Amino acid sequence: MLLIRCPHCGERPEIEFRAGGEAHLARPAEPMTVGDAEWTAFLYYRANVKGEQAERWCHVHGCGRWFNAVRDTANDRFVATYGVGEPRPGGAGGAAR
Amino acid sequence: MAETSSAARSAPLDGVAPLTHPALLMRPLPAATRLSLRVTVGAPANFAALKGLDLGGAINTWTGAAWTASLAGIHALRLGPDEWLVLAPDGDAEPLAASLTAALSGRPHAIVDVSHRFASLEIAGTAAEDIVSAGCPLDLDARAFPTGTATRSLLGKAEIVLARTDDRPGFRLEVARSLAAYVWDFLAEAARDVVEN
Amino acid sequence: MSQPFRLPTGGRIDRSSPLVLTFDGRAVHGFAGDTVASALLANGVHLVGRSFKYHRPRGVLAAGVEEPNALLDVDRGGGRREPNVRATVAEAFAGLAVTSQNRWPSLERDLASIADRLPPVIGAGFYYKTFMWPPKAWVRLYEPLIRRAAGLGRAPDGADPERYEHRHAHCDILVVGAGPAGIAAAMAASTAGRRVILCDEQAEPGGALLHDQTSDIDDLPAQAWLADGLATLARRANVRLLARTTAVSYYNHNHVALVERLTDHLAEPPASRPRERLWQVRAREVVLATGAHERPLTFPDNDRPGIMLAEAVRIYINRYGVLPGRRIVVATNGASAYETAIDARRAGAAVSIVDTRASDRIGPELDAARAAGIEVLAGFVPIGSKGRHRVTALRVARLSPDGALPDVPDARDLACDCVAVSAGWTPAVHLFSQSRGRLEFDTARDAFLPGSSVQAVRSAGAAVGLYDLAACIASGARAGAESAGAPVPPAVHATPTLTGFAPLPPDLPLRLGGKAFVDFQNDVTAKDLALAVSEGFESIEHVKRYTTSGMATDQGKTSSMATMGLVATRRGLAVPAVGTTTFRPPYTPVSFGALAGQSRDRLFDPVRTTPVHDWAAAQGARFEDVGSWKRAHYFPRASEDMAAAVRRETIAVRGSVGLFDASTLGKIEVVGPDAGRFLDLMYAGIMSTLAVGRCRYGLMLKEDGFILDDGIVARLADDRFHVTTTTGGAARVLAHMEDYLQTEFTTLRVFLTSITEQWAVIAVQGPKARETIAPLVDDLDLVDAAFPHMSIARCRVAGVPARLMRASFTGERGFEINVPADYGRAVWEAVFAAGRAHQIAPYGTEAMHVLRAEKGFIIVGQETDGTVTPDDVGLARLVSVKKPDFVGKRSLRRPDLSRPNRKQLVGLLSDAFHEQLDEGAQIVAHTGQPIPMTMLGHVTSSYMSACAGRAIALALLADGRHRIGETVHVTTADGFTRATVARPVFIDPEGNRVHG
Repeated sequence: MLLIRCPHCGERPEIEFRAGGEAHLARPAEPMTVGDAEWTAFLYYRANVKGEQAERWCHVHGCGRWFNAVRDTANDRFVATYGVGEPRPGGAGGAAR
Repeated sequence: MAETSSAARSAPLDGVAPLTHPALLMRPLPAATRLSLRVTVGAPANFAALKGLDLGGAINTWTGAAWTASLAGIHALRLGPDEWLVLAPDGDAEPLAASLTAALSGRPHAIVDVSHRFASLEIAGTAAEDIVSAGCPLDLDARAFPTGTATRSLLGKAEIVLARTDDRPGFRLEVARSLAAYVWDFLAEAARDVVEN
Repeated sequence: MSQPFRLPTGGRIDRSSPLVLTFDGRAVHGFAGDTVASALLANGVHLVGRSFKYHRPRGVLAAGVEEPNALLDVDRGGGRREPNVRATVAEAFAGLAVTSQNRWPSLERDLASIADRLPPVIGAGFYYKTFMWPPKAWVRLYEPLIRRAAGLGRAPDGADPERYEHRHAHCDILVVGAGPAGIAAAMAASTAGRRVILCDEQAEPGGALLHDQTSDIDDLPAQAWLADGLATLARRANVRLLARTTAVSYYNHNHVALVERLTDHLAEPPASRPRERLWQVRAREVVLATGAHERPLTFPDNDRPGIMLAEAVRIYINRYGVLPGRRIVVATNGASAYETAIDARRAGAAVSIVDTRASDRIGPELDAARAAGIEVLAGFVPIGSKGRHRVTALRVARLSPDGALPDVPDARDLACDCVAVSAGWTPAVHLFSQSRGRLEFDTARDAFLPGSSVQAVRSAGAAVGLYDLAACIASGARAGAESAGAPVPPAVHATPTLTGFAPLPPDLPLRLGGKAFVDFQNDVTAKDLALAVSEGFESIEHVKRYTTSGMATDQGKTSSMATMGLVATRRGLAVPAVGTTTFRPPYTPVSFGALAGQSRDRLFDPVRTTPVHDWAAAQGARFEDVGSWKRAHYFPRASEDMAAAVRRETIAVRGSVGLFDASTLGKIEVVGPDAGRFLDLMYAGIMSTLAVGRCRYGLMLKEDGFILDDGIVARLADDRFHVTTTTGGAARVLAHMEDYLQTEFTTLRVFLTSITEQWAVIAVQGPKARETIAPLVDDLDLVDAAFPHMSIARCRVAGVPARLMRASFTGERGFEINVPADYGRAVWEAVFAAGRAHQIAPYGTEAMHVLRAEKGFIIVGQETDGTVTPDDVGLARLVSVKKPDFVGKRSLRRPDLSRPNRKQLVGLLSDAFHEQLDEGAQIVAHTGQPIPMTMLGHVTSSYMSACAGRAIALALLADGRHRIGETVHVTTADGFTRATVARPVFIDPEGNRVHG
């Protein structure tokens, strides 16, 4: 069971959290102007990297807040957790979500 | 809203006998007024108008009058950056909500009466920490979970709000009413080796 | 039996507490403090079981958890029976009944042992090679035969009568293993004031110190040092010392699972005492002082009862006061077994040593042994053994000066009744490997040792290949101090330990005939491993699975290095090139009870009940599970079955009035100046235009365009909505809305609060619904003009402040009374009493399902399955075309979601009006087509409808709306039946009744 540092509550056990998949996938501001291929990529295509990955977590059985985390998927080490809308630490950016 | 009905109330832990033992007291707590208060925090000074209610506490702490697990005045449990569970003795919902609304007017906020959403119980005594630890993954040692702490967490498969109200060993525990029997039974089962010996 | 092999003095057993247990029905005398194994050995019993595959006689090999042979069925009384218990860890108590396994008719005369004389039939890969053909024989012949012959022990067939508990615990430093290194680590860490948990798998903490009668530590005898240390730790409030507690699994972020055994050693445990407690420890730092396991020597017939690990023999002598044999041959390739030889000699046994090392390669232990009067045959190797149920002689041969075995060996037999073998030591790196730490091969120690760590973990003592007592203590103290960030305490002085060993060529036993066992529990021989390599298996992982070496319940604790060494040698590689296998949890077997903990019976899963539940139960309602809720399914009267009750309930609703507990419906209060805008984004329809006091039915889509949930949106004020969800969708919908609010539409000023449990919901439905509740309602005019269908108002019902909604899920005039949950029961009873005049009937979820299906109302999760769009279920009118955006809108334009011939919701009428179609049944156009047929869709709902006077069904059917009136064929249990496609509404198609 992972130990996850909620930006609001500090380190809490994984069972209090819900994982939300890849972070920084910005929903297009005007979805109806987006083409099918691009929309499909937004809906379904994920990087699923081996190594450091930015992902969404929600402290659902704690403060209830969503936040982002950079986790090394190879060893489950959390590199950073940070607020929704903040850029990924270390600059490997992407839009905020 | 004022509840002046003559209709009978029935709460989830009605009729449940307390568990008593030199190392343990576990008992249902009486009805209470509970308001869910949501407001985005700005400058702490904005809360000055909230007479007797301090919303300036850190996340996962409570503020308010000194209390034991039983309510003594108004207590605000800050469960998240913009969320408080306000507890008060039974029956004060409407004026309390009104005074909060007045104090927060002009700021986007939400006050929702959730008095009936929860049941509460007290678990106290030197065995309380171990028994709650049967299902709660948090570090409940007084050094890590001191008096003044109040937080959402889990007990087994139920979500709970757990508060250490005073310096005696023990907690006040809030749980969704439909899960109150499960939580009571879970704790009672965990307490068997204490109570029966 | 009178314990002929019990020494007159010594050991840590309590000679003042004699006990009697039974083994295969015979009395076995022992003392408190004995294990089953030590008690059996005290009585001269070595033969304790038959091996898994060849049914060879087997005896106790070890003295701890690594035991592969002595697996017994243990009956502790009162239904507390467990198979495959290691005799070496089972503590003895009076009345314990243990039985040998895997033999018939008796342990001494086992007919299946004929398998031992039929080699090489059951070699490596036997099952893969043998039972290949003909295919049908597998099911009919081979599998039943194998099932009868295979397996160890007899599984219990009753419910487990014991209790189990879970406990979460937190500490700064978890120390695993309370041997010299672990005690030193815990001492250093706790001296620095840290919260320490020290656990040890044995009944007594102390590890190797418990059988060390000769060493001194800082001028104290080792056991006195141990007692002092334990007493100090016990006095410290910041130390929790857990004996009989095995660290079984090491998970992420220093989350370590421990299993504490609380009652297995008790004849009559208190009923309330859990048998086992699973500790989930979260430690800032972990110190692994897990020790090492001794390796047996691999030589033909190395498995005879009486052949034991050398350190185990020493443990039985020193810790249990049991001499495993009177004439003991110690066969070794290293120094540590000399301690056994010297202790056995001192205990009165005749002892000789066979050392595979040449005399010039042996250290000071040689002189020590000779000084004790022990003959040492240096440069000799065991090549076989004699005896049937007990070893009677060890056959040894002289190695040539280069360490090779000559073609014609100079062999001799050494008469004995016990052989103490040692082929060196394997550090117990299991937990370190589980922690994802890297193992590195150390050639000097011939073992894999902990390398770089991934988590905050340190290893110490024999677990890192340190076998000298002072070095163990020093490494433990260092690990404990460093974990605590404290200065390393000064070193202790201790009697030097005899250490060092010289590995033998792993393939040496292949040159000899007979079976040389590597994995005792799975009966894997050196030849099996060589065969696997010659058949082309190269990866150690493949060899392991093919031969099953290391795959028994002992997980290869005594065999892993021999397996790797042999495979490496046969492949001409060094051991690290072959690699080690991955260690996975658990370290030792864990009971299902420990994993389940308290979560059994009524605590297996929460049972959620509504405020009306007890009333319904008192009325004789039958309940069904909906998620974790108990919902009243139907209310049978007298002898009614479900069909009769549902028929009566539905007729009551359509004829007069019914009463339904809808409290489980999810409810969310949406508050804030942007609440309307937010709901416009969350629902397919427009909600911001809703007038205060009005309600609107809405569909909620996922971003992919498929239906997530449905419900009613009711506006209480400009900035306040009361939103309902399905029962099962309550948590999901709130989470979905929170996600968008917090991460996408972050500028909207809206707050969401779950009010599902705040309000009890009492649905009153039917033409007499208004008459029923009118007398109870204050502060509200219920006439249609003032309070039409799809309205909401605050009022009082039976004197209780309520949110009254006019809404219908039946197609009849309906109200949903929301009252604070504590009042739910009282208001329900008031409505029920008021409805008596109208023959009010409480109805359950089954009638509710029928009533809504008669109207063609969908149930999310029944008509939908995550691939269904609003148009698919005929609700395209609920999708706003005006709104520029809402969640799911863009996806509805994806080609596959907008094609015309998708599966669409239709009604199905079976040709025989009383024939109820099966829910889930497939639909085809005609039955003459070849298999696989083209499946057009499936039945989603099917009921007998009293009000429609026939069976009705809903279905999702390809291009269904264009098939109205067509005949289709629907699968049944044994074929097909015919049905006609119809519009999905069977009652009141114009929808007039809902308005009164």
